[in-house]
Amino acid sequence: MNVPEELRYTPSHEWVRMNDDGTITVGITDHAQEQLGDLVFVETPEVDAVVEAEAPIAVVESVKAASDIYAPINGTILDTNAALGEEPELVNTDPYEAGWLFSMQPADGKEFEQLLDAESYQAVVSSAE
Amino acid sequence: MPAKTPLYESHVASNGKIVDFSGWQLPVHYGSLIDEHHAVRQRAGVFDVSHMTIVDVVGNGSGEFLSVLLANNPATLDVPGAALYSCMLSQQGGVIDDLIAYWMGDDRYRLIVNAATREKDLQWINQQATPFDVQLTERPELAMLAVQGPEAIAFSLAQMPADVGQAAANLERFQACQVGDWFVARTGYTGEDGFEIALEPADALTLWRELLAAGVAPCGLGARDTLRLEAGMNLYGHDMDESHTPLTSGLGWTVGWEPPQRRFIGREALEAQRGEVTENLVGLVLDGKGVLREGQKILDGEREVGTVTSGTFSPTLQKSIAFARLSKDSGDGLEVQIRTRRVPVTRTARVFVRNGKAVLPAS
Repeated sequence: MNVPEELRYTPSHEWVRMNDDGTITVGITDHAQEQLGDLVFVETPEVDAVVEAEAPIAVVESVKAASDIYAPINGTILDTNAALGEEPELVNTDPYEAGWLFSMQPADGKEFEQLLDAESYQAVVSSAE
Repeated sequence: MPAKTPLYESHVASNGKIVDFSGWQLPVHYGSLIDEHHAVRQRAGVFDVSHMTIVDVVGNGSGEFLSVLLANNPATLDVPGAALYSCMLSQQGGVIDDLIAYWMGDDRYRLIVNAATREKDLQWINQQATPFDVQLTERPELAMLAVQGPEAIAFSLAQMPADVGQAAANLERFQACQVGDWFVARTGYTGEDGFEIALEPADALTLWRELLAAGVAPCGLGARDTLRLEAGMNLYGHDMDESHTPLTSGLGWTVGWEPPQRRFIGREALEAQRGEVTENLVGLVLDGKGVLREGQKILDGEREVGTVTSGTFSPTLQKSIAFARLSKDSGDGLEVQIRTRRVPVTRTARVFVRNGKAVLPAS
């Protein structure tokens, strides 16, 4: 399982990257995509939507099931990954780069610091198995 | 403690993602459900279906017993080895299970029923058999493989003992043969040609390994579901159950009405319902983005006219398809409620793909 050190994580298997400009990018982890199997549809949030931490704001659907994706922190949706409309499988093949889901302007940069680090996320996954 | 089939270790060795299915530890996929699906449509795949329940019915009264037990008419089985798809109904006409009955010659039959309904099926079959001169024998010791796809028969024949292969090569569709310990049926649950093979565990393990070595794709429960849905085949507990009859489950064609004097269990209830059927199972294709799922509501304007019973993404059609139980008086402008969105759906026949080809009308 690939858990990049430089990212932060949620217990619901989203990864969060802090960008240089203070925005964040969000996707689902390698573990999550593996659990879901082949993705066939991604419903991304509305741009400019103001979202609350832990609110369901997107959906990823594999052949077998639909799964909610939660906002990792409070903020505003800036952009969504348009490539997933045609190629949802990017989430499977490249979950941390080409398979990103959406970007956000955090309401408060400090919330990012409270997310799980790579080691803590590994522990979450291990304890669930 | 979930049960394991004789092939369990092979599934793990092939990176099968193991899930609990009706108390059985079985692989849902071996990496990519979609790749497995395409392998079956384009070439050949093999499924471990050892969890399915095999019941042999033998004795002077076996034909008479099955003509009461089954909604389809076993008297139509005219050559030894012939197979019959049928529902087994309650007195109220509800579907207790669907099954395949094979006539193995003389007074011998083999039933293959679902694993998920094993206990209630066995109880029901035994109970109904009481007045008849029959012996029922479950065959839990047998393993079963389904080899499916346009090249499945060629791959399978190449791995069979010579005498088995000779008999199997002559099978027509929906026929079976028994040679030694091998039961080979030209049946399946994918819409493709192929075999379902019941055999001793050691032989199953060898066959499995040889098929994989020859390039046949191991396929899990996930692909089994997408393939059967594309092929227009019902899944028990989803598309039919005891609260629905064959007439509202798209299975009217499996009811053997003739001859009228055959008093199969559930006949009176079906006769009362016949002509007054208000809903039936139909096919749906999603016209927009998303995936149809069991339980979603179908709307005709503001009126709720049906419910999705099975839905998935069709790897062959590259769009979402489903079965839905739909009111017969619903119009053409149908929509499905997916979370907060309403998405148009088109009603179709339930067979979406057959022998590798889409059979959908152009949309």
